[in-house]
Amino acid sequence: MSQRVMQRIVLALGAVAVAAAIWMVMRGAGPLEQQRDSFGRGDYVLEATDGTTFTEASLEGHPSAVLFGFTHCPDVCPTTLSEIGVWQEELGDTAKDLRFWFVTVDPERDSVDQLREYLSWTPGVTGAAGTRAEADKAIAAFRVYAKKVPLSDGSYTMDHTPYVMLFGRNGRFVQTIAYREETGSAIDKLRALIAAG
Amino acid sequence: MLKTLTLTAALALSFGAPLLADDAAATAPASADAPANALSIADGFTRATRPGAPVAGGFMLITNTTGHDDRLVGASSSVAGVMQVHEMAMEDGIMKMRELAGGLPIPAGEAVTLKPGGYHVMFMELKEPLVQGTKVDVTLKFEKAGEVSVPLVVLAPDAEGFPGHGG
Repeated sequence: MSQRVMQRIVLALGAVAVAAAIWMVMRGAGPLEQQRDSFGRGDYVLEATDGTTFTEASLEGHPSAVLFGFTHCPDVCPTTLSEIGVWQEELGDTAKDLRFWFVTVDPERDSVDQLREYLSWTPGVTGAAGTRAEADKAIAAFRVYAKKVPLSDGSYTMDHTPYVMLFGRNGRFVQTIAYREETGSAIDKLRALIAAG
Repeated sequence: MLKTLTLTAALALSFGAPLLADDAAATAPASADAPANALSIADGFTRATRPGAPVAGGFMLITNTTGHDDRLVGASSSVAGVMQVHEMAMEDGIMKMRELAGGLPIPAGEAVTLKPGGYHVMFMELKEPLVQGTKVDVTLKFEKAGEVSVPLVVLAPDAEGFPGHGG
């Protein structure tokens, strides 16, 4: 390759980078904020373990914490559910109207009944399951990641986003609690969520 | 070459054996009754499962003083229909789990830790819940050392390791 061609390629790449940077600045905070506000918004309808349905309206009227998981999950889901139990104990009555949701990313294997049994150790957590199509709509609405990974025995596991998403009383996304976030920090976030009007 | 290897193995055995005995004493509840020329396995534990949970992870410290590389290629237990060797890792904010189809290398002279969030043997198709305070027997399959049986202590559902063992 001649030096001239190389120079042209470098220039072209540079121009693309500048254009991308301008586009990102022009996009500004506004559209990004809108994107955050759209988390959880969608026309998904899942069946909940308390006999109700889980829809975008479920996030309104009270603060919510939403976790996507599955019962064939060896580590993240049981650990986070145990942590939720600790948070609930720590928060006590102040968390009366805080609702926890465990939405399955694996509806083929997680029926509502199975979720109800799985979640029975953590009474404050409501499970949500349904058809693959509705679960996929919810996964897209919350902008989380979930993907089947085949295993050698013919079964599969799921890659998934492990954080807990917090929503205010108005149903708007606020922030996340990371997987294995320090308990004090998680409690602070939940207290702020409950305190916010 | 062969002579050197044999000598190394013999040395490893003569020095390794008493060390293994100490390890076993320190972690009595979870140590394997492995012969001295096999791998030493300590701190074996699993975690109590939630009602109806079909899977669980098994964790331990595998120390290879046999003088030659080995590989954990499989596991079995009467409480699980299937067991596999897995690796978990957080990548770009996503928790990913992979089956180690070729097994987990246990290099000579090294200790490999199976722990929550990393390598583990996975109990699949659990036939019964794992109850805290009990033990489950697991047979590990190594490429060279063959089968090694080890009891795993069932700890709390969110245990990261034995209390006082540095997590």
